[in-house]
Order: sequence, then C-alpha cells, then structure tokens
Amino acid sequence: MQPVPKPPAPASEALRKALSLTLPIALGYVPVGMAYGVLAGKAGLSALNVLLMSILVYAGSAQLVAVGLFAAGATAAALVATTFAVNLRHVLFSAAMAPLLTGWRKRELAAFAFELTDESFALHAARFGRGDRDKAVTQWINVLAQASWVGGTALGVALGDVLGDGRAFALDFALPGMFLALLAGQLGSRSQVAAAVSGGGLSLLAAGLGITGYGALAAGLIGAGCGLGVERWMTRQPS
Amino acid sequence: MDDATAFLTIAGMAAVTYATRSGPLLFLAGRTLPPGAIRFLAHVPAAVLAALAAPALLRPEGRFDASPANVIFWAGLAAFALALRTKGFFGPVALGMGLVAAARFFWGG
Repeated sequence: MQPVPKPPAPASEALRKALSLTLPIALGYVPVGMAYGVLAGKAGLSALNVLLMSILVYAGSAQLVAVGLFAAGATAAALVATTFAVNLRHVLFSAAMAPLLTGWRKRELAAFAFELTDESFALHAARFGRGDRDKAVTQWINVLAQASWVGGTALGVALGDVLGDGRAFALDFALPGMFLALLAGQLGSRSQVAAAVSGGGLSLLAAGLGITGYGALAAGLIGAGCGLGVERWMTRQPS
Repeated sequence: MDDATAFLTIAGMAAVTYATRSGPLLFLAGRTLPPGAIRFLAHVPAAVLAALAAPALLRPEGRFDASPANVIFWAGLAAFALALRTKGFFGPVALGMGLVAAARFFWGG
C-alpha cells in the first residue's frame, strides 16, 4: 500500500516533532559523547581537535577506535584506513536510503549523508516505513542528533579533569559495549554469524601474535570473505 | 602527533566517513551496486565489529584474560545477551557500564 503523502508541517511543529523523536537518540549520544570527550582528552588530543572530530567525523564507534589508536601512537594512514573499515557499513545504509529520498535536491542529499549514523538510519527507516516522510522533520532530527553528540563531547572535554581516568565510571566499557550492541543487530543470517566468529577469532589471533594497527582491519575483511563463502556454500546445498 | 597533524588526520577520517555515507546516495540514483558487492558488504559489519570487539573484551589490558577478574568481558557478555534480545543500542551499553562500575566499586580494580 502506498502511504498517502502528508502536507508539510509548519516549521515550529516540525521542530517539536523532531525533538520528541530524537530524544531517545540524544539520551544515548550525550553519555557516550561524554565518554569520547574524556578519553580523547586523555589520549593527548587538543580540546579543539576533540570537538572538531565530533563535528566533522560524527561517528561514535569510529571516534572511540581512533582515540585508542591516537593514544597508541598509530600513523595517520592507519587511523584513516581503520575509520574507513569501521564505517564501511554506512554504504549499506546510504544505499538503503537512496530510493526513499527521491525528489530531494543534491545538496539536501549531501547534507543528509553527512549526518547518516546507525541510529539516525534506524529511526528514519522506521519513520519512512510508516509513511512519515516529512523533509523538515527529517532534517531537524539529523541536526538535533548531531547537536546532542557534539554537546556530550563538550561536556566530556569540560569534565575530563574531574572524572580522572574514568575507570570508576566504566568509561572504558563504552567502546566494547557499542561494538557488541551494533554487532547484535548484524547477526541476521548464519553466514553473518560465521563472518563475526571468523573476524573475531582472526583478530584475537593477530593480537596474540603481536600484529597491531591493521590486524583487526585485515581480520574483519577476511572474516567478511569467510561469511560470503559460507553464504555461497549454503545456497549451493540442495534443500 | 602534533595538533596540526592530528587535525589533518581527523580531516582524512571525515573524508572517508563521508564517502561511505554519501557515495550511494549521491551517485547511485536509480542504479544499484553489483550483487556480489552487496553480498560482501552485507558481511562486513558483523566481521569488522567482531574483529574490533574481541580484543577489546578479551585483551582489555593488552594480554589475553578470560578470568573472572576481567569485568569488561563478563559485563560484555551480559550486554550482548540483552542486545540480542531487545535489538536496543544504548540499553545494553548502559547495562554493561553499570555492571563494570558496580564491580569496581564493590570489589575494587
């Protein structure tokens, strides 16, 4: 059934609606953004660079991975390559949104893409699925979500000295916790479970052998290839 | 790494991140990725996330540790179980952080 297009909401109503829809995202972004802000400061990044990363990159898990790499003294090339691998999943989100944003101007699409995160994708996909395609609401959600991420980062930068190393507040769990929560949403098929098991296993092996830097990245890409192989093998079996 | 180099690195990170987010939206209009590429990409998130999570959970201090003292690992298992059940994102992270903070408060570490 084709949803009936609704007339665009007045500006203030669009903002109000976006605020209530974005609240659950902001409740997560503020504390995790704080964790990032605190840890990035400890890793030796300047307060300005810590904030700029939240404004320009705006990718929670990639930013927390980068903090670990900055602290370990990784090269710029390793940081950029790892960020690319961690964010490669966004290609799928972007491809999934493309047919839903027909009629948007190129620069509106460009702005939308800048703020396409795991959480905003999940929210927009659900909204569009129930026929709620209002452009102003969509744009406000993106702006408000990023504002909460940058705001959380600023809080973390400001509170960094008060919180010490953050271990008492379990800030060091924020990153593995995010990986696990994202991973749980990616295990829809057996071949994806196989990809996760091989990627995780190879990564542990690489770390055990002292292969750092590109180790996890290579393990992830080989693991994805293993998953693809399992999928091909499963679909070739006579049922 | 000095501040200027760090900034250039951040700019590079922003560029590759934006490429993943904007590529299909800006250049795919009406077309689709080759099926083989889509099938490979469908397996990348699970494999890469697991590859990042496994050492973070099992080598939190830089050496393998699956002992009861590794609170990150055990809290991670609880958070992962909750995430599999609810498909929620921040609930599991909050649960894990709460468990780790509580364990350190009551047992030190």
